[in-house]
Amino acid sequence: MIGAVKRRLNSANFADERAGEMVASRSFWADAGRRFLRNRMAVFSVGMLSVLVLFAIFGNLFSRWSFEEIDWNVLGRIKQDGGPSLENGHWFGVDELGRDLYARVVQGTRTSLLVGFIAGPVSVILGATLGALSGYYGGRFDRTVLGAYTIWLAIPYIIFFVVWQAFFGRSMSQMILVIILVNWTAGLLIVRGQVMMLKNREFVDAARMLGMSDLAIIFRHLAPNVLWVVVIYTSLVIPEVIMMESLVSFLGVGIQEPNTSLGALLSEGASTMTFGTLWQLGFPAAIFVLAQVSLFYIGDGLRDALDPKER
Amino acid sequence: MLSVQNAYVEFRVAQTKKWPWSPAGIVHAVNGVSFELEAGRTIGIVGESGCGKSTLIRAVAGLAPLVSGTVTLDGEQVDYGNRTSMQRLRATMQMIFQDPIASLNPRMTIREIVTEPLTFFRPEMGAADRKTAALAMLERVGIPPAQANRFPHEFSGGQCQRIGIARALVAEPKVLLCDEPVSALDVSIQAQVVNLLKELQREMGLALVFVAHDLGVVRHISDEVLVMYMGAQMERAPAADLVRAPQHPYAKALLSAVPVPDPNIRIAPQMLEGDLPSPMDLPPGCLFASRCPHAMAKCIKARPPMVQREGHEAACYLLDDASAEQEPCLSDS
Repeated sequence: MIGAVKRRLNSANFADERAGEMVASRSFWADAGRRFLRNRMAVFSVGMLSVLVLFAIFGNLFSRWSFEEIDWNVLGRIKQDGGPSLENGHWFGVDELGRDLYARVVQGTRTSLLVGFIAGPVSVILGATLGALSGYYGGRFDRTVLGAYTIWLAIPYIIFFVVWQAFFGRSMSQMILVIILVNWTAGLLIVRGQVMMLKNREFVDAARMLGMSDLAIIFRHLAPNVLWVVVIYTSLVIPEVIMMESLVSFLGVGIQEPNTSLGALLSEGASTMTFGTLWQLGFPAAIFVLAQVSLFYIGDGLRDALDPKER
Repeated sequence: MLSVQNAYVEFRVAQTKKWPWSPAGIVHAVNGVSFELEAGRTIGIVGESGCGKSTLIRAVAGLAPLVSGTVTLDGEQVDYGNRTSMQRLRATMQMIFQDPIASLNPRMTIREIVTEPLTFFRPEMGAADRKTAALAMLERVGIPPAQANRFPHEFSGGQCQRIGIARALVAEPKVLLCDEPVSALDVSIQAQVVNLLKELQREMGLALVFVAHDLGVVRHISDEVLVMYMGAQMERAPAADLVRAPQHPYAKALLSAVPVPDPNIRIAPQMLEGDLPSPMDLPPGCLFASRCPHAMAKCIKARPPMVQREGHEAACYLLDDASAEQEPCLSDS
């Protein structure tokens, strides 16, 4: 036993391995990945979110009904016959109009996740780019952007939704577009602050001494240094965007029927909860809470893993 | 090799504006500095904090706006608005910085950091050649090539400064601007870095512009020393002469304050009375007049020109014997 250990420690292989470890150093991102994997709750949440994504993509395969088809057998007797049941294929029951709730929850999850994962990152990229430019150049451009930001904060975004959808109609793409526009300030201030701090570091002067243009400096030298902020911020904005979409759908200015989203389903479920059809609220709410909680835990894990103070 | 004539640097400060439409204040950071430098020689620039030493060399490098004055490099005048001319300047002249850790991008390995200048100044080199050259340069400054895949935070301050030197010298410039390269380091590491710079200078025939506020270090490395005060040159002399017999009253005061590494020697730094003039509102006369123990009436009226005496050049009326006798000192009366 001890002989084997000794042989292993003295072998050329072992020496090479250790030497290789010394040469190939761990990058910041490799370190962060290791720290993230140590966070049990975050890893579990990633698994949970993957299950939700698979549910949204492939859930339809297990459904006997489509999300817009009305089951006339249960229509008049939803309280008695419309509950979750294995016999008639309504796994989650039916909604107030006799449509299969399982298919509708799959469809709503798909909408909500799609809105979150497209509108969230795009709006953060938009805000972060503006913030980086405004922090780097400063001066009049910075003042203009900050002024626009302050004015924007004063406009209630619900009004913007209502007006926008009155003009351009209610559809998924319009929804994503308007959420991106409303969220253009996401990540703006935090990236601006980081860039303002970094641009005075001497490695920026060194890059300038190589003849790099301002944009090259921002994207090649500064961007890798603020990427951790952007990643953390994106992980926080995605659940926020899902929440925002749910809120406007709840208020009735969201997705067009018969398409639906988690927020719209919650709204319908809430309006009928006093009639004894609690499953209409319960299933969408459970999925919604699951998505939000796992997204927040992932964001939390990312923040812990990427915070440079941990280094 | 490098010649700077009558350099002026100004900054506009918007914060001092009372109203949005009132004119911005102007800080006169560098006021008419000239020096010349031959290949293989070193000029040291000294002065107290905020006297414009760093701004001067940053302006020479094109990192700060040169309002007037000319910079001539290899016999050709540099046009700071022209990209071709600037790239030629940057290929010939590189810079090392005060804070060794902040001067390296924390998200790049040191091999990437040292290779980067080659992609700009030696575009004809292949990737493999660039890597070889970078590793050779790292080895030359004392960083084992086996550590080239590490990130800056894995190195000490002194090592980071060596990496900064490697980055500056990898494309083989002829002039190296050193912006207080050793101020942030331990004394023992300071000596190592200064000696490394001297060795590299001998090998590569570099011209060094060495900015520091520590006269001891400057005396060790420089052939010639330029003393600055409030952005203007006070005295310029060969290093040994300046240390032995400073001519300008400010240079005398500065030298009297140099600490001596011997606890038994008591130094008596010459205390200067009076206030510094505001760099936003410079007096018309000698900039040092407000604190000078020998200030005369005419010092306040007009700025003294550089006068030569015994190998020194100093901007002081005292060196003009004739005028010094005519007028009594203000402080005597």
